Amino acid sequence: MKPNPVMRLLAAALGLSLAACSPAATSAPQTPVPTAEGSAGGTGNLVVYSGRSESLVAPIIAQFADVTGIDVDVRYGSTPEIAATLLEEGANSPADVFFAQDPGGLGAVAQAGLLAPLPGDVLGAVDARFRSPEGLWVGISGRARVVVYNTETLSPQDLPDDIAAFTDPAWKGRIGWAPTNGSLQAMLTAMRVAWGEDEARAWLEGILANEPIAYENNTAIVAAVGAGEVEVGFVNHYYLYRFLAEEGEDFPARNYFLPGGGPGSLVMAAGAGRLANGKNSTNALKFIEFMLSPVAQQYFSAQTYEYPLVPGVVTQPGLVPLADLNAFDIDMAALADLAGTTALMSEVGVLP
Amino acid sequence: MQRGIRFNRFPRRWLSGTTLLWAAAGLVLAGLLLPLAYLVLRAVETSSGGWSALLRARTLATLGRTLLLSGSVTAVSAVIAVPLAWLTTRTDLPLRRWWAVLTPLPLVIPSYVGAYLMASALGPRGLVQQALEGPLGITRLPDLHGFLGATIILALLTYPYLLLSARAALLKLDPALEEASRSLGHTPWQTFWRVTLPHLRPALGAGSLLVALYALRDFGAVSIMRYDTFTRVIYVQYRSFDRSQAALQALVLVVITLVLVALETRLQGHARYVSAGPGAQRQPPRLALGIWRWPALAFCAGVVVFSLVLPATVLLYWLVRGLAAGEALPALGMATWNSLLASSLGALVTVVAAMPLAILAVRRPGRRTRLLERLTYTLFALPGIVVALALVFFGANYIPLLYQTLPLLVAAYVLLFLPQAAGAVRTALLQIQPQHEEAARSLGRRPWQVMLTITLPLMRPGVVAGASLVFLTVMKELPATLILAPVGFRTLATGVWSAVSEAFFAQAAAPALMIVLLSSLPMALIILHEQKASA
Repeated sequence: MKPNPVMRLLAAALGLSLAACSPAATSAPQTPVPTAEGSAGGTGNLVVYSGRSESLVAPIIAQFADVTGIDVDVRYGSTPEIAATLLEEGANSPADVFFAQDPGGLGAVAQAGLLAPLPGDVLGAVDARFRSPEGLWVGISGRARVVVYNTETLSPQDLPDDIAAFTDPAWKGRIGWAPTNGSLQAMLTAMRVAWGEDEARAWLEGILANEPIAYENNTAIVAAVGAGEVEVGFVNHYYLYRFLAEEGEDFPARNYFLPGGGPGSLVMAAGAGRLANGKNSTNALKFIEFMLSPVAQQYFSAQTYEYPLVPGVVTQPGLVPLADLNAFDIDMAALADLAGTTALMSEVGVLP
Repeated sequence: MQRGIRFNRFPRRWLSGTTLLWAAAGLVLAGLLLPLAYLVLRAVETSSGGWSALLRARTLATLGRTLLLSGSVTAVSAVIAVPLAWLTTRTDLPLRRWWAVLTPLPLVIPSYVGAYLMASALGPRGLVQQALEGPLGITRLPDLHGFLGATIILALLTYPYLLLSARAALLKLDPALEEASRSLGHTPWQTFWRVTLPHLRPALGAGSLLVALYALRDFGAVSIMRYDTFTRVIYVQYRSFDRSQAALQALVLVVITLVLVALETRLQGHARYVSAGPGAQRQPPRLALGIWRWPALAFCAGVVVFSLVLPATVLLYWLVRGLAAGEALPALGMATWNSLLASSLGALVTVVAAMPLAILAVRRPGRRTRLLERLTYTLFALPGIVVALALVFFGANYIPLLYQTLPLLVAAYVLLFLPQAAGAVRTALLQIQPQHEEAARSLGRRPWQVMLTITLPLMRPGVVAGASLVFLTVMKELPATLILAPVGFRTLATGVWSAVSEAFFAQAAAPALMIVLLSSLPMALIILHEQKASA
């Protein structure tokens, strides 16, 4: 960022007023002084910006800290917000690692030149489609797009092979989706890549004609399908398992992985990248290596019901292993054009 | 222009005081301009396509929908808040103190949680429907989503803004005015319309403005109620990593805000609200409601049930269900402490920052101070993420030493919530007769002594109301806390968010209930003290 005299003046004024009130503020015992020095003795520290939720990844990050003795600080937020923060911070970011929910966030940060390339052996741990072609980030766990259906009104035989079939008027008023959700938008990006712009638009218009109910997120869709508000919903696969855990096995909804192998059968990666200006790049690398280790991969499989991306790790019972899914064959990097997708969605009238 | 006696008779001494006030106000103003500067900086990067996207029919329609929502939420809030304020301060309503404590509490429920809770309770096949299905055979409730649902939920969550400022004004209003009206033969109803209500105008104006702007910036409730407002458009841009377009649209919100503020100032006019006589702050005679107490009671109960009991019941249900399923509850000690710390500091510093602005606006009325006052509202309609990212940009690149420290987080709270304190402080100041201060000055007190011994004590109810408003809203603040807090600084609100966003309901319920509990204690103390003081 180029310093600009007006900005500098305004910032100085703010700094001054902050300095004026900081005696009261800093007397508080909970204010950690930012430790910018990095690894000064011991095993040092690491700052992780996590777009993945604390409830999902805090246990495995704690395990990493225990095993390595590294002092890990984590900032949690949603992936787009964390990505926007990294973009604003630029070269002055305190972060060492960006742990993101989806390739879109990693792509945006990588495109701004803020990520450092990862070594070949780290990248090689996962299939080529689950990592950045430039080697700037690597996938850690997989999340499949599925159709969640209400078991009281539908059985798998009633469901089509391909996502394209949901534009059939027979589905009118029965579909729930979340147009603002990043994963749905990733699936639409996959459609634009696979089918072309026109067919993707036609699919959106067809779905819209079926008067789908728009929810805020995947969780709300699964709840609505369970309650029978809608019969099917376009979601990621792992949300259902949290409902089953809290509400019991008789929760009347199940997942259906579309067997057609098209964009509806997409498997996406949550991944991590290393900040180019991070002060603890060795520890950042250790972090990413740890997340690809069998222990961590097993954790994602067992605790968050995601797909391990490293071959040879056992998938959670009840989930069809990744290798046996007829997943859509696409590079995660091809899903980067999120802006094109939201523009299309706005044109069609799905997004404001 | 006001013709009352002013402080000009002490030009030399006051010169320094005024200069100091202006310096302090200038500092606050500089802080407020930072996010604007950032937005302009980003918006300039927008491609020409961005500008045409802004003028599309769809965008304009969204703008219309947003304004419609803002207006309707304000109207519904007023219909809820004004009767509540009057009933709890001027009548013999049964359980008056209980209602006084309970009715402002919905403010502490974060709108994304409140809307989620109400949607899970009142949805077509939500918890209420499930409870009714057995005995009554109801299989589907009418769908509340869209404009109606968003209006109801936002009004139920924001009416406390109006309620708190109306209550503070009613408690400060000289009862002699209402008594005179009664003795001149007006019925209580006529007295309310002709005397009480007009005197509440500054308080209602300030409160309504907060409600209207809150509705503009809300993201949680409108997304869950599926009503597309301008804020949603901004979030969609951020989610597709288009910061320039988001900035351009945020600037539109700033313009709308300034128009609304100017409108409110115009409606307010130049009326004076101090009484000329000595006046007294004392307990007005309470109106006996008679048979009307039952509808009044039903009204209070209805508001509390829908805005507070219903969400709290859903939270308790989640908690119990989670505990029954053997889930371990999160430890809340550190998050509770952090929430209390951030909220108290936020409230304190915001009120201190609001003081010079309010004093200048009320005691030095003029074109410049009016402009200053309007500018405090500039950021209030912006979604928190916009202000937070502006501070990220300046903090990380220009003041790295303060970046991601508690002082910068508190600064963000000040910028976000300044109008809440400024409105309350200003209203309090408007009701103080300058003669009190002048008398003290003529007896040889220095300006700061007058401030400490006369003005501040008289302003106390308004200042406390402003501080508690800020306290309650910081308690639930999310975007700025997530991005700007010192790394590892978790609050109750971030705990709720983290759990709700991943559908761990029992984990969300515990910190959410803690927020409500923690906020009700200071609220109870304030209200009880307020009533004792005026008794």
